[in-house]
Amino acid sequence: MSRFDRKGKTKGVPSISTSSLPDIVFTLLFFFMVSTTLRETTVNVSYRLPEATETVKLEKKSLVTNIYVGAPRMEYQARYGTDSKIQLDDKFASLGDIRGFIAGEWEKRDEADRPKMTVSIKADEKTKMGIITDIKTELRKAEALKVSYIARKKVVDTKY
Amino acid sequence: MADVAFILLIFFIVSTTMDVDSGIYRVLPQWVEDVEAPKINKRNTFVVSINKNNDLGINGEYAYITDIKDRLKEFILNPRDDQHLSEKEFKEVEGIPGTVAMSKGIVSLQNDRGTDYGAYMEVQNELVKGFNELRDEFSMATFGMRFDKLDEAKQEAVRKVIPTAISEAEPEEIK
Repeated sequence: MSRFDRKGKTKGVPSISTSSLPDIVFTLLFFFMVSTTLRETTVNVSYRLPEATETVKLEKKSLVTNIYVGAPRMEYQARYGTDSKIQLDDKFASLGDIRGFIAGEWEKRDEADRPKMTVSIKADEKTKMGIITDIKTELRKAEALKVSYIARKKVVDTKY
Repeated sequence: MADVAFILLIFFIVSTTMDVDSGIYRVLPQWVEDVEAPKINKRNTFVVSINKNNDLGINGEYAYITDIKDRLKEFILNPRDDQHLSEKEFKEVEGIPGTVAMSKGIVSLQNDRGTDYGAYMEVQNELVKGFNELRDEFSMATFGMRFDKLDEAKQEAVRKVIPTAISEAEPEEIK
């Protein structure tokens, strides 16, 4: 009740100055713009990458072509089952589609960048090697020979 | 002002990913139709096979994953000139003083169609680790520096002396 009594007498809590807010937000914005990359595809398969210690970073995102392998996500399981599937771009694909897909990706790049194109294989660790080998064979036929098997970085106990 | 920036900020947070992918890099061999495999002396091959139960074998005998790296290094270096390990060839390589012993050894990685990708990657990782350590040791002995501290030209030379000689065979039934 006392609040109403005092009305008019005091000015209340002075408001916080918001004049520096745009600066802070812009700083955050630039941080995110610089440190992140745009997500290009929605992944329809669930995969848990294998672990490795001897990994090399994939430097240029624009030169990388992704192939996902894993069991379809829950919402697709009714249609596609739970067996490992290959995903190219946004859709599920079969082995036969790989060559066309690689050719398309090849076309998209500049002439100078083409030889540096790397195919990154993101596959679930429980995938059977049969699929992976088939993909590898298709990649060899499509002459996309630079391959990176994407892995999670394992923390190592260095002995030396 | 702040509102616009906020909207942009939220857009970027939602639509971007933070992580940079890293993985094991490998160059696949060119595809050639019906070509006979080149004949390689048996002592120059280091066969690592994984069967469909993810069991591991080196040259046909059961082995542990932790053994691979050291067995590989012994195979390539062949310090006692063992008749059963890889042959060495003394060559001059540009950028490296004197002649160097180059191993003719090739690692053949074989797997079954039923092998788990995770197990395969684990072995790949051990093999790459072995080659990386060999390069490190060679760089230390020749230049007194670790491989990753060397400049581009020297790295290239070391890579020529110790290439990542891993051949990935077509899968077959193993055991």
